[in-house]
Amino acid sequence: MRALKFLIPLAAFGVLAWFLYSGLSLNPREVPSPLIGKPAPAFSLVRLDDPEKTVRREDLLGKPWIMNVWASWCAPCREEHPVVIDLARRGGVPVVGLNYKDRPGDARNWLSRLGDPYVMTLVDFDGKVGIDFGVYGVPETFVVDAQGIIRYKHVGILTPAIVSQRIEPLLRKLGG
Amino acid sequence: MRPRWCDAFRAGAAPIARRPVLMPAAGQLAALLAALLLTALTALPALWPQAHAQTPGTAAPGSAHDPELEARVLKLSAQFRCLVCQNQTIADSNADLAVDLRNQVRDMLVKGDSPQQITDYMTARYGDFVLYRPPVRSTTALLWYGPAALLVLGLVVLLVIIRRRNRLPAERFEPDPDA
Repeated sequence: MRALKFLIPLAAFGVLAWFLYSGLSLNPREVPSPLIGKPAPAFSLVRLDDPEKTVRREDLLGKPWIMNVWASWCAPCREEHPVVIDLARRGGVPVVGLNYKDRPGDARNWLSRLGDPYVMTLVDFDGKVGIDFGVYGVPETFVVDAQGIIRYKHVGILTPAIVSQRIEPLLRKLGG
Repeated sequence: MRPRWCDAFRAGAAPIARRPVLMPAAGQLAALLAALLLTALTALPALWPQAHAQTPGTAAPGSAHDPELEARVLKLSAQFRCLVCQNQTIADSNADLAVDLRNQVRDMLVKGDSPQQITDYMTARYGDFVLYRPPVRSTTALLWYGPAALLVLGLVVLLVIIRRRNRLPAERFEPDPDA
């Protein structure tokens, strides 16, 4: 009974310390997406290189693909761009760009200057498709499987570590 | 490496925090005069409504004329967290995304959607995180009922201590100095 008197505050302190400690490694910026495991939202967008051509969600079914949300006004996108180029080169799956709330002219310039890793870039001029995908911080990257289900989402800059530890193993599992 | 963020979505100018400033006594009168002058200046346009330029931009065209609708948009927007500036609601925030989401709320209200439908729209895209008032679930039970449980626990402990002391013989206490 006497020991309990000391043990209870000690235990309470332990619990509190554990909560506080685990809070240190949480990133409050990382919002869990409710869209993982759900079908990618429907969209119908024109291509950046050919505004006459419209691409819909159904057109991309059949094999896994990666969607990279970017904009020419987004400085971190520029930083991540070499990683996207590398991913497109060896990933073996099509990387589709979603040009988010950008001027198409600026976007085309950006791609011709920095290289275009995308099989196609779709123009989300007013950001509505971005909202449907739950985009809140460009750049964002999604992995969509052959059935059109979103399997993975990364918010922020893609790094070689994320590509090799998260995206490539997932793609191997999906048989991309 | 920690992810970096896109200029907070090119967020509009952050509101400048109004901090109380300690001033020497001599400066206080001047500051008071300045404040009075400022108040008069900002009040002036209200006297001449024609001169008061309307700020363009954030509202969808044609909608700013309906104050009742705007009030509903603001009331509903105040329930959703801005994903970019996470401690602001999308009613408060000037981030691009918050403006877009406000416009989305307005469009849906105009279309005749109910607040529940709008809430469903938001949570389908951004999860429960977007709700400023978290729903009661098994994962949020501690959040909702924890304080009440702590209060009850405290009362129980208090009761136990009082009853235990009640049963103690009088000589265990210090004598009352007044007695």
